[in-house]
Amino acid sequence: MNMKEKIIDEVKNKLKDKIVDFFRKNDKRYYIEINKQNIIECVKVLFEDFGFRFSTATGIDCENNIEILYHFSYDKTGEIVSLKVKLDKNQPEIESLTKVFSAAEWIEREIWEMVGVNFIGHPNLKHLLLPEDWPEGKYPLREDVI
Amino acid sequence: MKKIIPIGPYHPLQEEPEFFKLYVDGEKVVDIEIEIGYNHRGVEQLSTTKHYDQVTFLVERICGICSTSHPFAYVNAVEDLLGIDIPTRAKYIRSTIGELERLHSHLLWLGLAGHFIGYNTIWMWSWKYRENVCDILEVISGNRQHYSMFKVGGVRKDIPKEIIPQIEKMCDDLVPVVDMFKGAVMDDPVIHARLKGVGVLTKEDAIKYCVVGPTARASGIDIDVRRDDPYAAYGEVQFNVPVLYNGDVFDKAVIRILEMYESIRIIKQCLDKLKKEPEGNIEVKVDFIPPGEGIGRHEAPRGEVFHYIRSDGSNRPVRHKIRAPSYVNIASNKVAAVGQTISDAAITLASVDPCYCCTERTVAIDVNTKKEILTWNDLIKLSQQKTEWIKKHI
Amino acid sequence: MGLIKKSLLKSLWVFHLPLSPCNNCDIEILDTLTPRYDLERFGIQLVGSIRHADILLVTGVPNYKNWQKLKYLYEQTPKPCFVVAVGTCACGRGVFKDSFNTPCNVDEIVPVSAYIPGCPPKPEAIIGGIVKLIDTLRKKITTYL
Repeated sequence: MNMKEKIIDEVKNKLKDKIVDFFRKNDKRYYIEINKQNIIECVKVLFEDFGFRFSTATGIDCENNIEILYHFSYDKTGEIVSLKVKLDKNQPEIESLTKVFSAAEWIEREIWEMVGVNFIGHPNLKHLLLPEDWPEGKYPLREDVI
Repeated sequence: MKKIIPIGPYHPLQEEPEFFKLYVDGEKVVDIEIEIGYNHRGVEQLSTTKHYDQVTFLVERICGICSTSHPFAYVNAVEDLLGIDIPTRAKYIRSTIGELERLHSHLLWLGLAGHFIGYNTIWMWSWKYRENVCDILEVISGNRQHYSMFKVGGVRKDIPKEIIPQIEKMCDDLVPVVDMFKGAVMDDPVIHARLKGVGVLTKEDAIKYCVVGPTARASGIDIDVRRDDPYAAYGEVQFNVPVLYNGDVFDKAVIRILEMYESIRIIKQCLDKLKKEPEGNIEVKVDFIPPGEGIGRHEAPRGEVFHYIRSDGSNRPVRHKIRAPSYVNIASNKVAAVGQTISDAAITLASVDPCYCCTERTVAIDVNTKKEILTWNDLIKLSQQKTEWIKKHI
Repeated sequence: MGLIKKSLLKSLWVFHLPLSPCNNCDIEILDTLTPRYDLERFGIQLVGSIRHADILLVTGVPNYKNWQKLKYLYEQTPKPCFVVAVGTCACGRGVFKDSFNTPCNVDEIVPVSAYIPGCPPKPEAIIGGIVKLIDTLRKKITTYL
């Protein structure tokens, strides 16, 4: 049990001033909100320093902004830490994570075509699931386009 | 001269259409481009138009081979959101179904892997024994696939006492069969020569691509959601997680065979518990889903299935994110297949069990003349010829 | 034409075309070839090339990335060619009817000769559907001759 508290506490200590909001859902699920400028730094802490595994990312179109959740799994004790980033709806952009790990390549392409978030520095930002001739600006998972 | 071999998108043998573009130099694969999306049905968007009970059936229809994994992860996610605990009997039933599915899925993969290296006997045999598992699932749930056993808060159907001996008998009968397959794979010098050192995914690459399931465990990454983050009855039963370290196709095959033993072990423990538990108490009533978010995971036959649910208090999820294990595993082919010969490409691409891909519509096209050189049949033939050659020279 | 159809019914060669299935119907189709059902004893065989096929076995719903390809493949098949829709998705899109990525039914793209509904249809049902198709064709041929 000690071990469990330890890893999330260590993460909290390390990210200290970058944490905007911290939410503990239960023993195994934690949500940490951070600013989008710090994303690469925080991800590097989780992935490289603590050995978290990148599970996936979720792009959500909320009322006022677009949220991206990066879900990281700590396989030694089974926690999931989700980094939450809020983006401006008019110009959603964020740094790409592909330089940290290759697993982010596909999911970023998917979020780009489904929710319309621009990933800066992505090597190959093109359609993954939808056809090449999909109309531009029509994002299936945005609330206003159905 | 660099040539392109497109594999896919259509492959009569089975399953999802996917498109692999192999860049080859002579016999060697130098690069690979993977194109998916031929199978996109917009489930994530559809899910937000259905209410919570309907979504169970929708996510079941994402994949037919692991048709319990998605509902399993989904109900875990909703129960995580609600923070409820389900009755013990329901937990054991869930685990039983999950493991029965792992058995049939691994037998299916084994057969197809055998077909790809030219051992059609393995294909026919393993599919023959897979039928017995499907029959048991039909006895329990009423359908050979798409069992529809799960619901938020429990399970839909009970496993009555009368059919438990039948399931036990099937498990007992399966053990010698798995022994036979183990012997066929482990002791056969041809399979050793054909699969060892092929399609190696090193531990570093495996971490970089964040692969899951047997693909990760064959590369020496010791992860298994069942053990690391116990859900359903997995916290209360004994089982081992086999881990191997070479990362080649041989190890991936062996891992799956060893896992079948563990599945049989888990099923038997679950059935023992089910015999003792009183029948009937299989669900808790859920009438309201509060606003919030939940994450559910399940170790499917291919690896970790990940579901994220966000609710706003209405009867439909506002966002439902689904990540299937093949999504990360297929991407790792990019490193595993490069550097192989073309005849090894088929089994390497198949070794992650990518809800398989792309038979028969493979054509090799000369970049300059656009002339077809190799068809997928030729590719399988090449693969099978190599096995024949090894057989003769061993 | 009569001769072609007559020889056709002796051994139907099948090309299996998954549009965007959930693999389930596809497994059941493969299942019909394995020892328990063994469809090959009736001369029914899966073939690798569309140009050898008599039957186009379609599973799954068409989506924007592949619905045109169904048309192309149908055009490339030597006629007479019979399209068989296996599974609820291919028959009428099923639960995926309202999705943003599923434009139309299979029978709106190519003419379908037989529908085998079910999610998934059991191997027996698939065999039954093919037998019905053969029966129908045989009757037509007798009247034609």
